[in-house]
Amino acid sequence: MQEQSRPAPAARVLVIVPAWNEEESLPSTVRDIEAAAAADLAAYDVDVLVVDDGSGDATARVAAAAGARVCSLPFNLGVGGAMRTGYRYAVRHGYDVAVQLDADGQHDARYLARLLPLVGEADLVIGARFAGEGERYRVSLLRGAAMKVLARTLSRMARTRLTDVTSGYRVANRRAMTLFALHYPAEYLGDTVESTVIAIRAGCTVRQVPVEMRTRQGGTPSQTPFKAALYLLRAVVALGLALVRRRPVEPMAPVELPGSAAA
Amino acid sequence: MSSSLVLGLLGSIALVAVLVELMRRRHLREKYAVTWFLVAAGVLLLTVAPGLLTLAADLVGVEVPANLLFFAASMVLLILTLQHSFELGRLEERSRTLAEELALLRLDLETLRQERDPES
Repeated sequence: MQEQSRPAPAARVLVIVPAWNEEESLPSTVRDIEAAAAADLAAYDVDVLVVDDGSGDATARVAAAAGARVCSLPFNLGVGGAMRTGYRYAVRHGYDVAVQLDADGQHDARYLARLLPLVGEADLVIGARFAGEGERYRVSLLRGAAMKVLARTLSRMARTRLTDVTSGYRVANRRAMTLFALHYPAEYLGDTVESTVIAIRAGCTVRQVPVEMRTRQGGTPSQTPFKAALYLLRAVVALGLALVRRRPVEPMAPVELPGSAAA
Repeated sequence: MSSSLVLGLLGSIALVAVLVELMRRRHLREKYAVTWFLVAAGVLLLTVAPGLLTLAADLVGVEVPANLLFFAASMVLLILTLQHSFELGRLEERSRTLAEELALLRLDLETLRQERDPES
C-alpha cells in the first residue's frame, strides 16, 4: 500500500518460535535462525523469542542456552496462545516485523531473506508449500482436499493466489502484528486459517512466497483416514466460524494493549 | 399429608437453605443463585398446589401432567448447562490472557534483573 518497497535499514525483526516439548529440535532451529540472520539478513536487527508453551521437558533451558530469549507460559495454551504472547511482546518492545516459525525444524530460516523484503508491499507474508518450490510435500487425499478448500476460499478473499494457508511460517508487519496481538485465536487451526481470515477481514494485504519444507526432525505426523476426515471437518468449521465471527476491529496506533510500554 | 407433598416441601426447603448458606459463605454468586431460587420456588408452588400442574398440562395439551414437569425440568437443566459452558469459555479466555501476560512479565523481569547485575 505504502510507497516504500522495503523496510528501512536495520528494521527490528522478532522471530517467534512457539515450542512445546521440542528440546531435541529446538537448539538447531535457534542456531539456524541465528546463522541465517548473520549470513543474509545484515539489513535487519534480528532477535529470537522462544515461547515455551508449558513444556514438561527442558525446552526453556535449551532455548536459553542456544541464545534465544525465552518466555515460559505457566501451562499449555496451544500454538495460538503462544503466538499471541509472541505478538504482544513484539508490539510492546517496538519491533517492526514479527516472524512466526515452527520449532520442529520444518521451516528453513534461510527463506527469511526472501520473505522479509515483501513486508513493504504486504502486511502478512506466508511461506507456502505446494507453490512449486522443492519436492512435493505429500499429504493424504482427504487432508489435501481440506487444504485445497481452505486455500481456494482464502485466495478469493485475499484476491491473491494462496496455496498453503495452514502454513505456520509467516511474516507480519506492524499492522498485522498489532492486530494479532489482540485477536490471535486459540482454537484448533485458529493459529493459521482463522488468523489469516482475521487479517484479510481487517483489510491487511496477504502475499505468499514459495518455500521448501524440510522433513520434521522430531516424530512423524500421524495420518489415518479417520484423522484426515476429522481434519477436513474441523477445517471447514474453523473457516466457517472465522467468516461469520464479528469483524475484528483494527487497532489504530497508538496500540491500546494493557501495560503497553513506549515503543 | 401425602408423600409427594412432604417430599416436595423438604426438597425445596433444603434447596433454599443450601443456597442461602452457600451465598453466606460467598461460594455462590447471585447470578447463579437467581436461577436456583426460581427452581426452588417452582417446586414449592407445585407442591402446595398440584392442581396448577394439571391445569398447565391441559392448557398446552399434554396428556400426562408429569411429562410436562419432566420437559420443563430438562429445559431448565439445558439452559443452566448452556450458561455454564458460556461462563467457562469466558473464564478460559481470561485465564489464557492472564497466562500470556504472566509469561511476558516474567520475561521482562528477568531481562531487567540481568541488565542490573549481569553476574547472576
